[in-house]
Amino acid sequence: METITIKIDGKIVEVPSTMPDPITGKPAPTTMMQACNLANVIVPHYCYHEKLPVAGNCRMCLVEYGTPVMGPDRKPILNPDKTPKIAKAPRPAVACSTPISPGMEIYTNTPEVKKMREAVLEFLLINHPLDCPICDQAGECKLQEYTFDYGSPVSEFIETKVHKAKQTLLGPRVIYDAERCVLCTRCIRFTRDIVGDDALGIVNRGSYNAISTFPGKQFDNNYTLNTVDICPVGALTSRDFRFRMRVWFLKETKSVCTSCAMGCNILIGSRNNIIYRYTPRENDAVNSCWMCDFGRLNYKWINRKDRISTVLSKSANGVCEEVDWQIALEKIARYLKNVKIGTSAIIASARLSNEELWLLSKLKKLIGATSDSVPRFDNADNFLLKSDRNPNTNGAILTGICSERIGENLENIKKKIERGELKTLIVFGEDVVKIGITPQILGKLDMLVVSDILPNATTPLANYLLPGCAAAEKSGTFTNINLRVQKFNKAIEPPGKARPEYEFLSELLGLMTDEKFGNTAKEIFDKMVADVVGFNKMNWSKLGDTGMSVEKANQ
Amino acid sequence: MGQEYRLLTKNLVKPDYTADIDCYLRHNGYETFKKALSLKPSQTADGKVVSPQEQLRQEVIISGLRGRGGAGFSCGVKWSFVKHGPNKTVYLICNADESEPGTFKDRVIIHKDPHQLLEGMIIACYANNVHLAYIYIRGEMMEGAKVLQKAINEAKEKGFLGKNILGSGYDLEIYIHRGAGAYICGEETGLIESLEGKRPYPRIKPPYFPAVLGLYQSPTIVNNVETLTSVKSIIEMGGSAYAKLGTPNNTGTRLVCLSGQIMKPGVYEIEVGKVTLRELIFDEAFGGGLRPGRRLKAIIPGGASAKVFRADERVIVKHKKIDGTVDATEYDVLDLPYDFDTIAAAGSMSGSGAIIVLDDSVDIIKALANIAEFYAHESCGQCTPCREGSLWMSKILHRFSDGKGRKKDVDLLLKIADNIGGGKTICAFGDACAFPVQSFVSKFKEEFLSKANF
Repeated sequence: METITIKIDGKIVEVPSTMPDPITGKPAPTTMMQACNLANVIVPHYCYHEKLPVAGNCRMCLVEYGTPVMGPDRKPILNPDKTPKIAKAPRPAVACSTPISPGMEIYTNTPEVKKMREAVLEFLLINHPLDCPICDQAGECKLQEYTFDYGSPVSEFIETKVHKAKQTLLGPRVIYDAERCVLCTRCIRFTRDIVGDDALGIVNRGSYNAISTFPGKQFDNNYTLNTVDICPVGALTSRDFRFRMRVWFLKETKSVCTSCAMGCNILIGSRNNIIYRYTPRENDAVNSCWMCDFGRLNYKWINRKDRISTVLSKSANGVCEEVDWQIALEKIARYLKNVKIGTSAIIASARLSNEELWLLSKLKKLIGATSDSVPRFDNADNFLLKSDRNPNTNGAILTGICSERIGENLENIKKKIERGELKTLIVFGEDVVKIGITPQILGKLDMLVVSDILPNATTPLANYLLPGCAAAEKSGTFTNINLRVQKFNKAIEPPGKARPEYEFLSELLGLMTDEKFGNTAKEIFDKMVADVVGFNKMNWSKLGDTGMSVEKANQ
Repeated sequence: MGQEYRLLTKNLVKPDYTADIDCYLRHNGYETFKKALSLKPSQTADGKVVSPQEQLRQEVIISGLRGRGGAGFSCGVKWSFVKHGPNKTVYLICNADESEPGTFKDRVIIHKDPHQLLEGMIIACYANNVHLAYIYIRGEMMEGAKVLQKAINEAKEKGFLGKNILGSGYDLEIYIHRGAGAYICGEETGLIESLEGKRPYPRIKPPYFPAVLGLYQSPTIVNNVETLTSVKSIIEMGGSAYAKLGTPNNTGTRLVCLSGQIMKPGVYEIEVGKVTLRELIFDEAFGGGLRPGRRLKAIIPGGASAKVFRADERVIVKHKKIDGTVDATEYDVLDLPYDFDTIAAAGSMSGSGAIIVLDDSVDIIKALANIAEFYAHESCGQCTPCREGSLWMSKILHRFSDGKGRKKDVDLLLKIADNIGGGKTICAFGDACAFPVQSFVSKFKEEFLSKANF
C-alpha cells in the first residue's frame, strides 16, 4: 500500500495515501482527520462521521497546517538543519475534508486552533437553550464534552436567543428539538446516503435553519433511530427512550440483536435489572454502526410480568405443582434414560444459542431422537433486516438440530406423534401448537418437556415446564446468516427461578452420562468447538467482541 | 478629468437602441461570433496545430480580462483549469444572480442589450466546447428573465443558437434558470447546487472546484454577465487591443455602479484604473458630487461586503515592481485609481464594482446595522461561524443603534467578526459579513464609543 509521511503536532506519522470512501468503498485521498485518527490525535468534530460522506459544515475540526516549500527543481527546500522548510498556510483548513500531502505538517493544538474551537463552541451555544438538566442527551452530548474540553466558561452573548420549534415529531419514533440542533446534517446524510430514503432536509435560512421532513411526510423508515445515535447533541431523541433513564446510570453490556439472522452487534443499556434501550455497536463485518428500529425496540417483552419463572411439574392427575430444579431434572433424566430409541423428538428454537443447540444435539444422540427447528420468515428490507427472523438458524444447522431446509421434519414429527410412534417430545422455546401440533395431538404423548420464556398454548400442556432465559439474561454465541459466530453477554438477571438453558441442559446431560459439558457458556463453547466441524478452529476468547466467521476459521 | 469609456455600453445608451435582435444586428450584432466561427486551425512556429477554440481562449488570456463578479480572478486562467476531452461534457453558466447590495450593472446589460451578453456567452461556449449553457438569473429579476428569454428565442430563430449553428456543425442550447431569491446563489458552487435543484449550500473546496467537479459533477465554467459580455468585445477587437485599455493587470473597461448620497447615481463605464474615486464621486461626468452642504464621510468601494474607506483616510499602497522591489505610495483615499489591485492594496476590494457613497448625514452604526442585517438574513446557515455570528453581530448593532450600546460591544463585534472571517467558513460569505464589521468598527471607533450609552 502506498503511504504518505506527514507530521502531526511534531510527531512523524506514516499513513496510507488513500482510504476507502465510506459510501462507494473506492479509494479516496486520505484526509487530515483520517490521518489524525490513525495517529491517535483527537480532532474534535460534530458533522464528521467516518461512515458518512463529508459535510465540512461544523468547523469544529479547523486546524492549521503547513506544506514543504518546493524549489524550482520540485524538491523541498531545506532549512540549515536539513529539515524541509515549511510554509504555514495563511488560512486554516477543516481536517475532515482536506487531503494530506507528502511532508505536510498538521498543527492541532496551536493557540489559533484553540481560539477557533472556542469560537465555534461559543457560536453553537449562543442560541442553544442550555437545558442540560432536562435534556436526554446529557451525559453523552458532544456540546457538553467539547465545552468542557475546549470551550470558554463564559459567553458574551446578551441578546435574545433565536427560538425555534421544540418537540417536533419527525416520525413515529424520533422527536426533534430545533433549538438544540447544531445543524451538522448527520441525520440527513445518514437517511439519504446509507438508508436510501431522502426523507430529511433543512428548511429556512441562516440561524433559523431547522431539520424537517417534506410537508405531510413522515420520517418513518426502519432505521430512523440511528439518527438519534449519531446526533451529537440532544436535538434528536428517541420517543421510546426519552425521559426514562439518565444515561450515566445505564450499564452497557455487549450483546447481539436477536430479531433476525443478521446478528447486529448491540449494547444493552440496563439498570437495576431493567433493560432501557438497545444501541448499535460497531462491527464492520456485520452492521457497521447501525441497527434497524424493529430490532432495537424488540426488547420490552423481556421485562414482561408474566414471564415463566418457576419450574412446574404436572402430576398424574393433571395438577401442576412447583418443584425444585434438582428434582425436576432428576426426574426428567430418569425418564429420558429409559426412552426407546426412535420414540422421541426434539423441537428446539433457532433462537437458542449455539451451545444450547449443541447440548440438545447431544441429548438427541443419547436418546435416539429426531429433531428440527421452527422456521420464522418475514419480509426483509434492503439493508440489515433479513427475512430469516431467527437469530441462530445456522447454529441449529451446524449443530445438527435441523437441516438446511429448516422445518422440513416438523410435519413428519407431527404425523409420528399422531400415529403414536413418538411418545416423548422435548420442546425448547417454541409454541408447537402454533405450527399445527394441536393439544389433541400432544395429548397422545407420554411425556412433554417444555422450556420457554413466556407462556403460550404449549406451555400449559407440559409435563415439565422449565423456565429459560432471554439472550439478555445469559451469555452465549449465535451463528449469523453469513456464518459469523458472535458472542453475547449477560446484561440482567433472569426472573425468579429461570436459568440459562445451557446451564440446566448441561446438568441434565450430566445426570444421564458421565461426560462433563461445562457449567458456563465459555466452557461449553470450548467443548463444542471440537465436536462441530464449522467451529473447529475457534475458541471463546478468540471470538472477541466482534466474532469470527465459520469459513475463515476453517482456512 | 476622468471620463467614461463606452465599450460595453456603447450602443445601449443610444436613445433609439432597443433590446430586440434586429436592432442588435443593425449594430453589427453577431458579427464577432461569425468571425469566431470562421476561425481556422493555425500553426505555431514549432508546428503545433492550434484549434480555433484554443485561439479564442488564448485571446482571452492575452486580454487580461479579470472576472467582474467580485473576486477579480483572471477569466482566461479560470477557463484554462477545464480539462477538455473527447467524452467530457463541459457546462458554462452565466452568473446573473446579481445581488451584492449596491450592484446593478448586470441588470443594465440584460435589460438593454441582452444580445450582446448572448453573443459573448455563445463565443465563450464555442471557445470552451460547451454545448449546454445556463443563465442563472436572480429570482427578483423577473423582467430580465423575460427579456433574456425573448432574446434567446430570437437568436434561435436566426440560427445563432440550437443545432448546427450557422451551418458550422456546432450545437449550443442556452437555458434560463430563475433563482428563488437567495444571495448565496451568487456564490458559484451554491449556484450550481441550486441549478441542480438542491438547497444552495456552497460546496467544500477541495474537492468541488467547478472547473473539475461542477454542475452534475462535470467541469463547469461560471462567469459573470459583464465578464461574458466583455468576451465579445475582446474577440471583436483582439486580446492585445483590449489589454491596452485600462492599466496593466487591470485591463479593459468596467461598469461602475454609483449609489448612496450622490447627485447622479447610476452605472458608468470606465477604463479600469484610469479614473480615481474622487473623479467618480465628484466629476460631472460621473456622480456629480454630494448633495448641497454635505461632506463626504465614507466610501464602500466594492459592494456592501467590501471594507469601508473613511473619506479622510490616507492609505499606503505597496506596488510590487517588475524588478521585484516594492514601491510604497501614500494616497489620499479619494485619489486611489479605481481598479482591482490598488483598491486591494489599500485594504479593501473593488468587488462587484459598486461604490456606495456615505455623506455626513449617515449614522455609521445604523448603516452598519443595515449591512449586518442583510448578511444575517442571507447567510445560508450551512456552517457554524457565519450562521450564528452574522445574526449575533446584527443583533448587537441593532441594539447599539437603539441606544443600548455598550463600550465593550466594540471589541465584542471585532472578536465575532474575526471568528467568522479569515478562511473559517466554507465560502467567502464569511469574509463578506466580517469585512464591513471589521472595517466600520475599527475605522469609526470613536463614533461607536461616543454613542455607547453603557
